[in-house]
Amino acid sequence: MTATPKRRIKWSNVVDHLVLIAGSAVMILPVVMLLQMASNPDIETMRNGPGLTFGDRLPANTTKALFEASGFSGVNSGVQMLYNSFILGIGFAVGKIVLGMMAAYAIVYFRLRFATLAFWMIFTTLLLPLEVRILPSYEIVQKLGMLNTFQGLIIPLIASATATFFFRQFFRAVPEELVEAARIDGAGPVKFFIDILIPLSRTMIAAMFIIMFVYGWNQYLWPTMITTDEDMYTLVRGIKQITQSLEGTNLPEYGRANMLALLAILPPVLIVIFFQSWFVKGLTESDK
Amino acid sequence: MKRAGFTQRWLPILLLMPQLVIIAVFFYWPAAYGLRSSFFLQDPFGFSETFVGFGNYLTLMRSPSYLKSAGFTVIFSVLVTFLSLAIALILAVKADRVIRGAKTYRTLLMWVYAVAPPVAGVIGLIMFDQSWGPLMDFAALFGWDFVLGVNYFDTAFAMVVVSVWKQIPVNFIFFLSGLQSIPRSVREAALIDNRSASGRFWDVTFPLLAPTGFFLLITNITYSLFDTFGIIDTTVKGEPGNNPMTLVYKVYVDGFRGNDMGGSSAQSVILMVLVLLMTVFQFRLIERRIHYT
Repeated sequence: MTATPKRRIKWSNVVDHLVLIAGSAVMILPVVMLLQMASNPDIETMRNGPGLTFGDRLPANTTKALFEASGFSGVNSGVQMLYNSFILGIGFAVGKIVLGMMAAYAIVYFRLRFATLAFWMIFTTLLLPLEVRILPSYEIVQKLGMLNTFQGLIIPLIASATATFFFRQFFRAVPEELVEAARIDGAGPVKFFIDILIPLSRTMIAAMFIIMFVYGWNQYLWPTMITTDEDMYTLVRGIKQITQSLEGTNLPEYGRANMLALLAILPPVLIVIFFQSWFVKGLTESDK
Repeated sequence: MKRAGFTQRWLPILLLMPQLVIIAVFFYWPAAYGLRSSFFLQDPFGFSETFVGFGNYLTLMRSPSYLKSAGFTVIFSVLVTFLSLAIALILAVKADRVIRGAKTYRTLLMWVYAVAPPVAGVIGLIMFDQSWGPLMDFAALFGWDFVLGVNYFDTAFAMVVVSVWKQIPVNFIFFLSGLQSIPRSVREAALIDNRSASGRFWDVTFPLLAPTGFFLLITNITYSLFDTFGIIDTTVKGEPGNNPMTLVYKVYVDGFRGNDMGGSSAQSVILMVLVLLMTVFQFRLIERRIHYT
């Protein structure tokens, strides 16, 4: 804020900026410190803790974080966890969007005798988050032999109606004349869906994808229960093991641990920042 | 359903099937299974079970550790909800007002949305570290000897701080978009009527934000009940012992670690009822909520 010679500085304006700067600093400083610790030798961190003086160990610690494995079996390297996280994030987002669009299309565009029943069966799932039925869900996944598999990880998470609800709202707002026109032109339901409805929903699909990807990537409780094999760990699920390795050793690997924490944060944060407008639109419109 | 819908009979069923099957297997089955288990007492190895009616619920009601955890959950949720809403509202009002750097501020204040709760918990652990945590140093300025993971109050304090930090961005995004949807004409009219900025805020802006606020209130309570699991799990450093825990965390600890399937299911059912009541309450509010525009 620089004051032009002719204009006085408005103090309320200055206060606004100060509050916002303080808020932004509180948000960003902890993560800057993670980066700082990841850039210093472990011994330095052990002595001084987080600060703002950066070292030159960033490449070395990144290599360690990516390729060195911790744990008993030595298979959960950063690369492996990164891979698992991407599978979970993308698999969850794609699964949710595909199933949600299909179900919403059926509910909105077809005359179905049991449509109301299906509607209520699907929307009841909005009421109970996975957390409240976590143990029985675990037992069932166990009975189905799906522990330590990607199916077991992803499919139970998809069993809720957020995406269906979202696309239902959107489809209902699509002008009815479009269907009539399509029918007059002789387009069947499949053609209408693929050639008209999906292109129309592109922005919505993108917004949903971002929200769902972040949601899937950040899952913690469910992966903690379902994956016990270390080669199935996601970054977020592995975070506890990473921190526990900080305790009880002579020289904890701060650099590597903080780099892994950063790796767990980075992909979803970058997506949210780069596709901000889609993301904000999707978030504020889907939840209402 | 649209008036001009399609009339095929099998296609919609085919389209609905995948979703319905997944929901039946991974939602209704576990929910029913949990409800049933809550009325039984299982032996720890899962070989036999005895019907005990409401026995598990009665045991819970008499269990001091459950009641303590319930009490903590209430205080925790109220604090997290209130603080994160209040701070986010202040930031959103300021961000709505500035012109220069508005976009930068928006980005800086919202990206934490994408940080996973357990990672936020780990960041909290570092910030409150006993030997060199910056926030621990800050607390020491006031003569506060902060011991995370050992002292009940200190651990609870750290949990609240981290949970609020993590939740501010969502509230900020919603408040800001709520503020930006207030029509210019309304703002200008208010500017003519009322010279004091705080008067304008409480008389005009705040009531207009009320619908967003109600919605966020429920979202935040749900967040502090369920999504904070990762924060709590990392903050207690894997040793629940004497540390504070929320009801959802207790479901996990008792059921998964303590192998008390019946007791844990009863806790789940209590939570389900709680969530259902909240949702009904929310729908009621939405029905009644007044639209100003």
